[in-house]
Amino acid sequence: MKCGVVVFPGSNCDHDVYHVLKHVLEQEVQFLWHGGSSVSDCDLIVLPGGFSYGDYLRAGAMAVHSPIMAAVREHAERGGRVLGICNGFQILLETGLLSGAMRRNQSLRFECRDAYLRVERADLPFTEGYRAGQVLRVPIAHAEGCYIDTADALDELEGNGQVVFRYVDANGGDATGEDAAKWNVNGSARAIAGVCNAAGNVLGMMPHPERCSEQLFGNDDGLALLASAAGVAATAVDPERLSA
Amino acid sequence: MTAAPVEPPVDLDLAKALGLAEDEYGRICEILGRVPTYTELGITSALWSEHCSYKSSKVYLREFPTEGEHVLQGPGENAGIVDIGDGWVAVFKMESHNHPSFIEPYQGAATGVGGILRDVFTMGARPVACLDALRFGDIDAPRMRYLIDGVVRGIGDYGNCVGIPTVGGETSFHSGYNENILVNAFALGLARRDGIFHARASGAGNPMLYAGSATGRDGIHGATMASEAFGAESESKRPTVQVGDPFAEKIVLEACLEVMRTDAAVAVQDMGAAGLTSSAFEMADRGGVGFRLDLDRVPLREPNLSPYEIMLSESQERMLLVARRGRQEEVVKIFERWGLEVAEIGEITEDGVARIRAGGREVASMPISPLATNAPMYRRPVAEPSDLAARQAPPEVPEPEDPAAALSALLDTPELGSKSWIWHQYDHTVRTNTVIGPGGDAAVLRVKGTGGGLGLTSDVNPVYCVLDPATGGAQAVAEAVRNLACVGAKPVGLTDCLNFGNPENPEVSWQFREAVRGISAGCRALEVPVISGNVSFYNETEGRSIPPTPTIAMVGVIERVEGLPRAHFTTAGDRVLLLGSDAGEFGGSAYLRLRYGVEQGAPPKVDLEAEAKLAQLLRVLVSSRSIHTVHDLAEGGLAIALAEACFGHGLGVDLDLDMQPKNLFSESQARAIVAVAPEQVDQVMAEAERRDVPCVDVGTVGGAQLKLRLDGTAIAPDIEALHHVWSTALPRALKM
Repeated sequence: MKCGVVVFPGSNCDHDVYHVLKHVLEQEVQFLWHGGSSVSDCDLIVLPGGFSYGDYLRAGAMAVHSPIMAAVREHAERGGRVLGICNGFQILLETGLLSGAMRRNQSLRFECRDAYLRVERADLPFTEGYRAGQVLRVPIAHAEGCYIDTADALDELEGNGQVVFRYVDANGGDATGEDAAKWNVNGSARAIAGVCNAAGNVLGMMPHPERCSEQLFGNDDGLALLASAAGVAATAVDPERLSA
Repeated sequence: MTAAPVEPPVDLDLAKALGLAEDEYGRICEILGRVPTYTELGITSALWSEHCSYKSSKVYLREFPTEGEHVLQGPGENAGIVDIGDGWVAVFKMESHNHPSFIEPYQGAATGVGGILRDVFTMGARPVACLDALRFGDIDAPRMRYLIDGVVRGIGDYGNCVGIPTVGGETSFHSGYNENILVNAFALGLARRDGIFHARASGAGNPMLYAGSATGRDGIHGATMASEAFGAESESKRPTVQVGDPFAEKIVLEACLEVMRTDAAVAVQDMGAAGLTSSAFEMADRGGVGFRLDLDRVPLREPNLSPYEIMLSESQERMLLVARRGRQEEVVKIFERWGLEVAEIGEITEDGVARIRAGGREVASMPISPLATNAPMYRRPVAEPSDLAARQAPPEVPEPEDPAAALSALLDTPELGSKSWIWHQYDHTVRTNTVIGPGGDAAVLRVKGTGGGLGLTSDVNPVYCVLDPATGGAQAVAEAVRNLACVGAKPVGLTDCLNFGNPENPEVSWQFREAVRGISAGCRALEVPVISGNVSFYNETEGRSIPPTPTIAMVGVIERVEGLPRAHFTTAGDRVLLLGSDAGEFGGSAYLRLRYGVEQGAPPKVDLEAEAKLAQLLRVLVSSRSIHTVHDLAEGGLAIALAEACFGHGLGVDLDLDMQPKNLFSESQARAIVAVAPEQVDQVMAEAERRDVPCVDVGTVGGAQLKLRLDGTAIAPDIEALHHVWSTALPRALKM
C-alpha cells in the first residue's frame, strides 16, 4: 500500500510517522506538500501532528484551506483511508470529515504523558490488529484535545459505533469518578480519544501511535494501528526491525 | 503613525546612557578618528556590551580546555560541534535568558528557546532536543508563582510548537534567586559531518539576504539590558523583551536547512542579541571582509524605524544569509516556498568596512576588525568574600529525630520533589528518539539508524558554589560525568552557562575566577572539552547578587541504547550495591539547608580521580548490561537516591546500612547505587575492586517499604506514601 504524509507549515510529527511507515513497516511513503492539489496514487493519507499554521485562529482552522485538503476530502469520499493524528485529528474536525470539536484541555495546560486507551472497535481497517476491549498505552502531547459535541451528536456517534478509542484507567476500566481526570487527562466528553466517520475509512485520534511503535521505547502498542492502516498484517512485522 | 525619532546629539553622556564606559567612548572615537554618529554609537554599545563582548570574562575563559579528539568546532561560533561517529556530528550550546525572563517570564523564556534553536540550526544541524536549567526563588517570594508558571508555559509553548522535545534539565529553588531567576536553555542538533555550516562571510559581491519575520521595535537594546543589574525600575524594561513566534521559527528552520543543502549560501547567522548588528558584524569579522547594508530594504513591521532602531532591534525569527552571487534566486525561491519574506539588503565587500545607508545617506561607516579586536577586555579586581571563613566554618549537624520523617519532609519540598508537573507540559517524545526522558540521571536519545545514541545532562549545585565556587565548579563537571556514566555515555563535550552577579563587584569577579578554575580542573581530569558557552553577568538586584551558578550541560556518546539499565529498581530479588564511600559531608547539603535553614561549611570534597574511576566502572557495568539499575547520589544523599529508585516501579528495598541516621543525607561525592541480579554480584564486585571503587552489598530489592537498618535504629516507610508526597510536592507548593 502506498502511503502519503501531508506536510503543512508547522507539521512536526510528519517525520515521525514517515519513519515508522518507511523504516519499521517498510512501506512506500511520500510526503505530500500542503500546496499540492493531488494525493498522487496514495492509498493511505496521514495528517500528522504538529501545529499547522501555528494553530493560529484555532487548531486546524487554517490547514483546512490548504489546496491539498480538497484532494484529501475527495480521497476520503471515494472510500480511501485517512488517518489524522493529534493536529491531524483537529484538522479532520475542521473539514467536517469527522464530527465534533476540540477545546483546550481541562487543565488549561499542554499535557505530554502516556494515556491508556480501550479499543472500542476492532473491525476497522485501522484497528484490525487489535482485539475489541484491548487496552493500549499511547502517548498524548497536546494542549487542545478536549473532544466535545452536543449530547445528541454524541449519542448518535456512540449509536453508530463511531467511537474507536476511549481513555480508560490502566486496567481498562472507565475513566470515571474521582480519578477521571488522571486518566482522561484532557477532559474529553465521554472520554473519547478517537472517532471515525460513518463509513469507517477516516479515523481521527489525539494520542500518537507513531511514538510507541518500536520496542526500543519499551512500548510498541501503536504499531499494529499503523500496520493495519498501511495494510500490513501485524504478524508480518519482523520483530528484529522493531528494535532497530 | 509614529515619525522616526529625532536623533540626539552624540556625546559622552549619551554614550554612558547607552551603557558605554568613558574609556570605551574614547576608544570608539579613536578607532573612527571622529565622534561616532548616533547609529554608530548604538552599534558600538551593543557590540561592546558584556553580553556580546564577554569583556569581563574573556581573560578567564581562556583557561578552559577546548580541544579533544571529538571536537570539530570549539567556542567562538554560534554553537560547538563534536563528532559522534557513523558520520554524524552533534551541535550544541546553552544560553541564558535570565533578565528578559524575570521581566516578562512567558516571552522571556520562549525567546530563550527560540534563540538557542537558531544557534544550532544556523550550523546546518536539525535540532533534536532541548534541556532547560531553571533557578527560581522561594515559591512564596513576590511574583514567584507567576514567574514559574510563565517560564514553564513559555518554554513549553515554544519548543512544543517547533516540535523539539525537551528531554531533561533541572529546576531548583533558592532565596538567592528571588529577584533574579535564571533560565538557561540548551539545544542539540544533529548534522552529517559533511553538512556543517559556518557563519563566516566571504566573497566580495556576494549578496546579503534578510529572511524571516519583519523588523519591529521589540527588544531594542536587549543585549545592553542583559548587561545591567536590576533596580526598582525593571518593570519599565518590559519593552526590551522580545516577542516570540514559534510557528515562524519552525518555518525559518525548515527553509534554512533546505537552503543549506543547496550550496547556494555561503554563511548563515541568526539575528539574536543585538540583532542585525551582531549578525552582520560577527559574520564579516570571522571572514575578514566588509559589507554594505541598505536599511531601506529591510522588511519592517511598522514604518519610520530609525537606522538606530533597525540595527538594534531584536525582533525574533530573523536570519541573515550570504548567498553566492548569481545563485541568490535559488535561496529566495526556497524561502518563498515556505511563505517567508526575503530581501536582498546588502553585499559583501573586500575592504573590511561596514557601510550602512538609510534614507539616501550613510549613517555608519566603521572598520569591523578594529571594533572586534579592540573590544574592551577587563581583568576586574577580585576579592575573596570577607565572610568566606565564616561561611566555610564546619556546621553543627543534628541527628534527625525521626529519619523517616526527615526523609519524607525533604521529599515534600519543591527542591527535592518530583518535577513532573513541569515536564508534563513539555513535549518530550516528539521526533521519536527519546529512549529515556526527563526524571532520570541523564536523558537518552537514540540516533536513528545507528543503534547508538547520546546522553544529555545539565548540572550545578549553587549552594556548593556559594560556599566554595572552585569546588562547586568542579563538582558540576563531575556530577555531569557521573550522570552520563549512569546511562553508559562517554562524555564528548560540554557547554556552560555561567550565571553570576555584577562583575564590577570584586567578590563576584572572585567567584567567577574560582568557578572557572574549578570547571577547568574538572574538565582536564575527566577529559571533557568545553565546546561552547555563554556568560550571564549582572544577575543582581539592588546590590544583591545571585548565588554563583555555573550550569554545565554535557553530552556523551552511547554505543548501544537498547536495553539500558534504569534509574529505578526493576526486579524484586536484585541485590543493592553501594559504590563509593561516605565521609559524612554536610556543608551546603540539602539536609541542613531544607531542614535547618543552614547553608554553611565546606561543600563535599571533589576527588576527581575517584570520580573518573567511578564513571569508568559505571560505563563498563552499563555497557556490559550486568546491572538492572543505576542511580547516582546527589542532593539529599543516599536517602533521596534510594527513595527515587524505589518510586519508578513502586518497588521497595530491605537494606543493612552501617551508618548513623544523619549520614543517610550526607552528600559525599563519587557515589552511586546499582542493583544487580544475585548471580551477578560477585562479578560486579570484582570489577569494582579491579577499578579501585569501594563497593558494598547492602541488601535486597523487594517489598513495598524502604526498610533501612541503621546504627541504633531502623525505619520502614511505605513507598506509596513517600511517592505521594514526592510526586505532589511541587504542584501543592505552587497551589496549582
